[in-house]
Amino acid sequence: MRRIISVLVENEPGALSRIVGLFSQRNYNIETLTVAPTEDSTLSRLTVTTRGNPQVVEQITKQLNKLIDVVKLVDLTEGSHVERELMLVKVRASGPLRAEVKRTVDIFRGHIVDVTSSVYTIQLVGTQEKLDAFIEAVGHAQVLEVVRSGITGIARGEKVLTL
Amino acid sequence: MELLSGADMVVRSLADEGVKHIYGYPGGALLHVYDAIFRQKEVSHILVRHEQAAAHMADGYARATGKPGVALVTSGPGATNTITGIATAYMDSIPMVIISGQVPSAAIGSDMFQEVDMVGISRPIVKHSFLVKRAEDIPEIIKKAFYLAQTGRPGPVVVDIPKDITDPNLKFEYQYPETIKLRSYTPPSKGHNGQIRKAVDLLMQARRPIIYAGGGVIMGNASTQLTQLAKDLNVPVTNTLNGLGGFPGSDCQFVGMLGMHGSYCANMAMHHADIILAVGARFDDRVTNNTAKFCPDAKIIHIDIDPASISKTITADVPIVGPVGAVLDGFLRHITDYSGSRDQEAIDAWWRQIDEWRDSRGGLFPYDKGDGTILKPQQVIEALYEVTGGDAFVTSDVGQHQMFAAQYYRFDKPNRWINSGGLGTMGFGLPAAMGVKLTHPDATVACVTGEGSIQMNIQELSTCLQYDLGVKIINVNNQALGMVRQWQDMMYDSRYSHSYMESLPSFVKLAESYGHVGIQVTTPSDLRPAMEEAFSLKDRLVFMDIRVDANEHVYPMQIKDGSMRDLWLSKTERT
Repeated sequence: MRRIISVLVENEPGALSRIVGLFSQRNYNIETLTVAPTEDSTLSRLTVTTRGNPQVVEQITKQLNKLIDVVKLVDLTEGSHVERELMLVKVRASGPLRAEVKRTVDIFRGHIVDVTSSVYTIQLVGTQEKLDAFIEAVGHAQVLEVVRSGITGIARGEKVLTL
Repeated sequence: MELLSGADMVVRSLADEGVKHIYGYPGGALLHVYDAIFRQKEVSHILVRHEQAAAHMADGYARATGKPGVALVTSGPGATNTITGIATAYMDSIPMVIISGQVPSAAIGSDMFQEVDMVGISRPIVKHSFLVKRAEDIPEIIKKAFYLAQTGRPGPVVVDIPKDITDPNLKFEYQYPETIKLRSYTPPSKGHNGQIRKAVDLLMQARRPIIYAGGGVIMGNASTQLTQLAKDLNVPVTNTLNGLGGFPGSDCQFVGMLGMHGSYCANMAMHHADIILAVGARFDDRVTNNTAKFCPDAKIIHIDIDPASISKTITADVPIVGPVGAVLDGFLRHITDYSGSRDQEAIDAWWRQIDEWRDSRGGLFPYDKGDGTILKPQQVIEALYEVTGGDAFVTSDVGQHQMFAAQYYRFDKPNRWINSGGLGTMGFGLPAAMGVKLTHPDATVACVTGEGSIQMNIQELSTCLQYDLGVKIINVNNQALGMVRQWQDMMYDSRYSHSYMESLPSFVKLAESYGHVGIQVTTPSDLRPAMEEAFSLKDRLVFMDIRVDANEHVYPMQIKDGSMRDLWLSKTERT
């Protein structure tokens, strides 16, 4: 089962390598990982998606909590939450395809952020499924390059992850 | 406020932390610190012969006292030589602070002479680590290192200090913090009252209860409470390898160590128990055997300070996170208040069953003494127990001799049995014994070892001479890597692939050449007088090279993939 774990860590050198190291050391999976400082510059917020049965996920959260740098964490998938991923994708756009790609971008509410005579660079934000669906819709043959940010997320409503 | 250089701050911080001994080895990156050590008297430095030994000495000290041991090593090879020692301490949750030198800050990453990424290399085997960036941070970082090492689930902490940070010409205000607080680290100070009440109710209603206690009782300084609880409840107690001494080994409620080489009685009692109270133990694979077949009828109460240890391999029915001492205090209070009744008949029947398991085999660890012509390794430990009156600090290396020591030396006090349980580090015994002897100079300290293990840190005989460390080395010499050979006997049709050594030194001459006393024992009748002589030489290191039967196996031995009660009891009998 896929899990999104959101972790508040001390913004200290080595903190990220301890977290990433923990996953490889204990044979856990990392599917995606995003990290950046928060509005409080002493803290970083890290979002990791992983897969495992409930026992494995329980161990992952316990082992993460054990790291001295980890202040707090929450398994977002336990409650209702919003998750987003950003994708930049370079698509061949020449001849009759050019208009077709543009239409697809509009349908998916994406933005064309760079244009040449033969290529569009498109920015798309959404769930993983939406980004996958866009690539399907445009057609793999047209896609020149894809870069994805990995998932980040936040709980819905009053629930917050702060100090 | 006083102005000190980084180098002086390192040493002063250690002194202000109350450190008496540090174990180490100098080198380029640490020369400023070593100069600072030279100019003071509060902290004394013990020069080892190999940095691995410095780490094990710190570990031995910590296991004997409960306080963090300190090792000081230079950058590069000095640092990497401590890795085995750090991993050993990490696996057994031993508090330790390792201070390593590092190349100057500006050179980090340039592959400078004797540069290694110590923080990176040690990362998976430390509780935490620090790379010092500013000299003025040294007191606070050292305070944090000690605080982290000894609170919560203890463990080793690395402090890596680049050479420029210890520059003797740059001075800063020095003040050692009295307390420290970390917002991201709050170790539990007590257990959950409701859970404790639930656990006590279960225990009081149990018909076949057992206490399974581990190293957490020793590190948590809770053997008094554990013993009291076992007495109040009148239940059998088994200890893990690292828990020995947490409950008195000669007490009639003690059923011996459990697990792979545990007693028949302890393993049977665990398998048939209806309630298991696990205290500061982690259901390690050397205890449980196949987890799917583990104690089918038991409900499990698990007390541990580390939530990650609970339900990791065996699911707990009543998990209790907290320091074992405080939690057991709660148990004792709730037992006094307990108003329900107890099924005394069931408890009596349980004890009759346990006595039968114990007596049907003729004691906890019966063995064949042979025809008296050849010395059995078990006899060596029995003699050691008698000659030392059961009151020695016993360190051990790893292998058959370690298991025999655990089985036949009955530890009545905590912090007396010092061995590498989790990592199984050969070469641990001698330096660990040295760490103990330094802090308890008047105590009897014996290192039970084998001819394989002792040679992994034999160079420390030189350190022992320099600092007059009169430890007794009990070399249970079967001229084979006994445990490897045992597995080869049992699983590889006795094909002894590289499990024996030719060209062993004369250990007696070796000991003598290092300035110590060497005694060789080859016959059963010589054993007792030789051992008495060795222990009468109070201030001398005595190396006893004792030739024993190479064909002896350690029994009982759990049968792979079975339950706890599936055991080989001898070469021909099984349950």
